[in-house]
Amino acid sequence: MAEDTAHFAGEEGGQASGHVSPAVAYEAAKLGIWTFLATEVLLFGGLFTAYIVFRLKFPEMFHKDFVHLNRLLGAANTVVLITSSLTVALAIASIRKGKQQLLKLFLSLTILLAGVFLVIKYFEWTEKFAHGLFPGTDIFFSLYFMMTGLHGLHVLGGMLVLGAMLFLAGRGRFSESYHTPVEISGLYWHFVDLVWIYLFPLLYLIG
Amino acid sequence: MTETTANGLAVPENGRSRGYLDEKGFRSWALTLDHKRIGVLYLYTTLFFFLLGGIFALLIRIKLMYPGQAIFSDQTYNVLFTLHGSVMIFLFIIPGIPSGLGNFLIPLLIGARDVAFPRLNLASYWIFVAGILVILGSLFRPMDTGWTFYTPYSAKTGANIAFLSFGIFLVGMSSILTGLNFIVTVHKLRAPGMTWHRLPLFIWGMYATSIIQVVATPVVGITFLLLAMERLFGVGFFDPAKGGDPLLFQHFFWFYSHPVVYVMILPAMGVISEVIPVFSRKPIFGYRAIAYSSLAIAFLGFLVWGHHMFVSGMSKTASIIFSFLTFFVAVPTAVKVFNWIATMYKGSITFESPMLYALTFIFLFIIGGLTGMFLGALATDVHLHDTYFIVAHFHYTMMGGTVMGLLAGLHYWWPKMTGRMLSEKMARWGWLLTFIGFNLTFLVQFYLGFKGMPRRWAEYPPQYQFLNIVSTVGSWILAGGILVMFSNFIRGLFRGDPAPANPWKGLTLEWRTASPPPTENFETVPVVTDWPYGYAKRKPADDG
Repeated sequence: MAEDTAHFAGEEGGQASGHVSPAVAYEAAKLGIWTFLATEVLLFGGLFTAYIVFRLKFPEMFHKDFVHLNRLLGAANTVVLITSSLTVALAIASIRKGKQQLLKLFLSLTILLAGVFLVIKYFEWTEKFAHGLFPGTDIFFSLYFMMTGLHGLHVLGGMLVLGAMLFLAGRGRFSESYHTPVEISGLYWHFVDLVWIYLFPLLYLIG
Repeated sequence: MTETTANGLAVPENGRSRGYLDEKGFRSWALTLDHKRIGVLYLYTTLFFFLLGGIFALLIRIKLMYPGQAIFSDQTYNVLFTLHGSVMIFLFIIPGIPSGLGNFLIPLLIGARDVAFPRLNLASYWIFVAGILVILGSLFRPMDTGWTFYTPYSAKTGANIAFLSFGIFLVGMSSILTGLNFIVTVHKLRAPGMTWHRLPLFIWGMYATSIIQVVATPVVGITFLLLAMERLFGVGFFDPAKGGDPLLFQHFFWFYSHPVVYVMILPAMGVISEVIPVFSRKPIFGYRAIAYSSLAIAFLGFLVWGHHMFVSGMSKTASIIFSFLTFFVAVPTAVKVFNWIATMYKGSITFESPMLYALTFIFLFIIGGLTGMFLGALATDVHLHDTYFIVAHFHYTMMGGTVMGLLAGLHYWWPKMTGRMLSEKMARWGWLLTFIGFNLTFLVQFYLGFKGMPRRWAEYPPQYQFLNIVSTVGSWILAGGILVMFSNFIRGLFRGDPAPANPWKGLTLEWRTASPPPTENFETVPVVTDWPYGYAKRKPADDG
């Protein structure tokens, strides 16, 4: 998915063809990203459906297994991601006022927080492996690794997209009047954040 | 001829823009952002796989002339029918009309210069090619599961399913991005005056198609990812030994693969809605009914996936509900058929090759659609499921429907795409052989299935042999027809007569520009003042 989103943001970005007016390009980009996010909902929808099916089928398994998840690290990651949603929103607010330096600062912070999320995730996963818990252990851990794994890939994709935005911001490509790609990337990042807001309680809190 | 166009593009001094085909060289194609060239790339690619899948089909038919072991091993047969199904569905029918004709035509028909995201469009093509390469790469241990990849067998077979899943995921991603591009294009880039109810019906069909692509494809994406994970990491969602549920795979699979049959058929119906009024010289009958029925089919298509699973062990209640809902799909489909027929009523019909294919579409699709009713009904489906009746049914809808629609479209828009005319005589011979061959091949299969011949079996009881030989001979005639048709295409590319801008006297926007169109599509941005079906002398009441 990472490559996919990178293409996507890149496309949305530069008003590539220049065959339509900036106003139309902006509207098209907005409709495009919302449609894209709808497809993402359905991609994760498959996993959420599997979660519902197997939770109804094996309530005891979920009850027995969820205690193995590290709620402290999960909660920490939730805070990290929500904060990153704030910083990306601030990045957009900054460039709307034409503040280039603030844009770069907040984009960097967002990427940093995304990195922190993945590092924490890495420690969580290696801890599971150390305890002999793998995707094939049972259905609950299949779900855990698939859901957090797919989400992790999206975080990685988001870092690439935001990295591209930071690069373009460094070249002064955005201004008060033109910052569609930043907005689009921001929407994508909020989506990635939102998925985690669902994953955290489903996996870590309700057993 | 003005010096510059309304959108400020300079016109070369001879007063004519360059055709979109004028630039030569590999890079000019591989890196093109022109929707027309990308459409042509898709058409070349998908038609190549049409021929390849056809060769697999011929091999299958040759083996089935003999009831026992013959020609090649049963395992090779398993591989061949899987390859035939997968290649035809994932690499030909699904992308064929939407990405091929759709890319070429959508901006032209709505009076736009290009799609909304041209670079995404190019990326989508190359993701498609990457998917194809991955799928081909998986063939060193070729798949033998059938194109449906049912678990648990697909999780256990020695074939390289994980690799293959990733390839299909990529092809699906390409399909999603193309659909997304089209949705935004239709919403945002229509020419001045091109209101929703002045849109050509092909656009309505493509719009409904794009919605299905965008909504359904991610689900099959995650399904194939999970199948790959099952093989790579022992994830057990579909494995009964681990508490998983093989039926869940079927639900996921058909949640995509049922709606996707409308991805195959809706664009074809769109083509037919364009061809019928042009060659009947009459306004389309029931414009809004046809337009909205496309959306209705797209919507209802999401509610009926369970009818593929009546004998899979689903609950009886679920089966009855799915069966009930299935019949609703027949309503908007029949609405279209009746409107096409009403359009032709008292028209000045001429039988050029596009019209021949369009009529063939209607004829064959009615058979395919009505036999679908047998399968949607629970009682008969239990008897007919997994027999040749199914094979005949979906070949009547997919080949008799979609492929005939594509061929109608190719013959109809060929002059526009290539700037050259096809030989009408060869086109008609190709059509005749295809029509006879197709019916000979598949009509007998209804009877074979009704008599109980199971599908996908490499060997069968000898009493079915005679009709199988008939079917195989039919497949040769069909192949002959396709051969004549493609010879005509190749001949048309190099030696066809130069095409006028509007050879069929159509009223949609693409006929207002040159054949082949200039890169920027229109020398001036067209302004639309009426719907595109005003063929009657007296202007029709404003239906749109």
